[in-house]
Amino acid sequence: MSAAATTLRARVETRTLIVLVIALPVILWMASEIEMNLFMAFVLWALIVVRTVLHDNPVVVRGTVVALVVWAILLPFLQEEGGGFLEDATLALAYTSFALGLNIIVGFAGLLDLGYVAFFALGSLTAGWFMSGFFSGAGGGEGFSLLVGEPASTLPGIHMNFLLVIIIAVVITTIAGMLIGLPTLRLRGDYIAIVTLAFGEIIGRVVINGDEITIGGEKLTNGRQGITPVDKIDLPFLEPFQSLELRPWYFVALAIVVIALFVNYRLRDSRLGRAWIALREDEVAAASMGVPLVKTKLLAYGTGAAFGGVAGAFLASYLNTVNADQFAFSFSIFVLAMVILGGIGSIEGVVLGAIVLSFINNNLIPDVFNDYPSKIGLDFDLTELSFGIFGFLLVIMMVLRPQGLIPERRRKMELVEHIGTGATTGVGADEETPHEARA
Amino acid sequence: MNEAATTPAPSSDGGLAGRPLLTTENVTKVFGGLVAVEDITFQIPERSIVSIIGPNGAGKTTFFNMLTGLYRPTYGRVYFNGRNVTGRRPDLIMKDGVARTFQNIRLFATMTALENVMVGQNARMRAGLFGSILRMPWVRNEERAVEQKARETLSYVGIPERQHEQLSVNLSYGDQRRLEIARALASDPKLLLLDEPTAGMNPQESAELTAFMRRLRDERGVTILLIEHDMQVVMGVSEHITVLDHGQKIAEGTPEEVRENPRVVEAYLGTQGGKDAEAGATRREDGGGV
Repeated sequence: MSAAATTLRARVETRTLIVLVIALPVILWMASEIEMNLFMAFVLWALIVVRTVLHDNPVVVRGTVVALVVWAILLPFLQEEGGGFLEDATLALAYTSFALGLNIIVGFAGLLDLGYVAFFALGSLTAGWFMSGFFSGAGGGEGFSLLVGEPASTLPGIHMNFLLVIIIAVVITTIAGMLIGLPTLRLRGDYIAIVTLAFGEIIGRVVINGDEITIGGEKLTNGRQGITPVDKIDLPFLEPFQSLELRPWYFVALAIVVIALFVNYRLRDSRLGRAWIALREDEVAAASMGVPLVKTKLLAYGTGAAFGGVAGAFLASYLNTVNADQFAFSFSIFVLAMVILGGIGSIEGVVLGAIVLSFINNNLIPDVFNDYPSKIGLDFDLTELSFGIFGFLLVIMMVLRPQGLIPERRRKMELVEHIGTGATTGVGADEETPHEARA
Repeated sequence: MNEAATTPAPSSDGGLAGRPLLTTENVTKVFGGLVAVEDITFQIPERSIVSIIGPNGAGKTTFFNMLTGLYRPTYGRVYFNGRNVTGRRPDLIMKDGVARTFQNIRLFATMTALENVMVGQNARMRAGLFGSILRMPWVRNEERAVEQKARETLSYVGIPERQHEQLSVNLSYGDQRRLEIARALASDPKLLLLDEPTAGMNPQESAELTAFMRRLRDERGVTILLIEHDMQVVMGVSEHITVLDHGQKIAEGTPEEVRENPRVVEAYLGTQGGKDAEAGATRREDGGGV
């Protein structure tokens, strides 16, 4: 039996090695297409190889994460300041922050959230309210400003420092995350997904129709017109950011991702992280072992939502607009697809999934492959099909590698080895519901 | 000295059996039209080993679930350690000092044995969201202490060191049962509820577990409430037995009293009666299960 196990493992490793070898030309070709520095692309490939081959060694795993962050810090200095690559890379980092936030909710706590776009919307809206001329009546028409520099401080509207806006966005989205959590506390699985989906839609609709909602004479949002322009980020001791100088934006996005990564790692290996896994595996047993269900679930929703809010506020400033049309269901699915593609619950996997899907969406489909259909005589653009392409990728993933690109150990057991939660979702689990006691 | 100050009943000095640790008054559970548990009043003295027996479907596990907060009693009250815990949240009852195992083993399958036991200590830990993110020195120390304690508890129930990092699903059946007990014990409970702990064990393993229960009571002062079908175990270890049938308490007393009680014999074997009621019951109930 053990002999069979070792041969199986060896075969898997050979297959992985073949994939890694094929990956090199693919990565280099893609890098050239998206104007990425080829040397950096090669270093990236080398890091992935080290990480994959020596994945059993915790020192190597930790080392490659640090090396990747260093790599990401060096990257913009080898790229053109105004080039398209940095623009897309910054976007990819913002999406990574979304995906890492959603990973806490879906990956760690196992609460399928289909309304994550709500936190993007609320984060962006926070920036729209407090970093633009939107509230033109503020300060008696002369504007109100807090800790911001010259151009913004003289304009009408509310203009607050980006760091303050981030804090407000975190508070608002955390509260919203917990509010959405409340009605799902008594629900399981699919029902949680439906409630969160509805919540995401509600927020999206409110933003679109917010121009007809007035509170104290002020509109709630600008409706479909969107709030624009939004102030550029203005950090202490630095010049205000410019829209064509992309490196500072990239570094702010990278900083958000590094913080999100740090929080993800720390929480995963903590009392709370264990409580989340226990909850995911067996709610009844978890409650009986002293895990408070309400608090533990709400902490997952709140923490996950906070990163959506931060990334949302950043994107509002970076994209210079709070565009209501962005806050659609498809965004929630897009972020969820990143998490699934990378590996649910796997921090490195989610980062990889987010960056890959983000580049496919923002770069490969519109810029590289877009005119391929017309080249073979078909009359459509590939961008029209982008969600079809993501769906196709997900189906392929589910068939070939349901555990994701870089699987998390526990999920891999559930999905590949079929060990785990199945037994507890049967008859016994339905009979004993821990919620009843709180009714 | 401190203990004397916090113990309300002065008669419990020295920790001798006597003071009731858990009391239920007229506890009843109705599911729709079905009365699963009816009007159970009973007591568990401190530092005793007490059993609940009864045929399948008698309401034993439902009764357990009310004691641990998974169900709220339809009527009646539950007192633990002098405090009304009726309808209290399961995690808080656990924190008060009531820990349990499950009839069908409910370990966290994808966690290691060690992690399972660490979850068991959740209620005794303080690290919150920010503490965990910043990992302050006290959080680090707490983690270390919890891991240390988990290892000790695993060894105490007889799971060898080399198995500690094993995933709980990969442990042998007997070790999974032991791991469930370790997970419950890690929180230093005052009362341990064991729901059919010997189900699926061979006679030797059952005998070991029986000895272990006594050790637990004597060394750690844990009070044990047992649901069990194996009459050898029940008669051997219990000081007091309560018999349930169709949700009602039909008998209680010492093992000898219960053994002789005609209503118990009837519940297990039908009306013909028989000297070796317990042996027949063991055979019949071996399937166990929900």
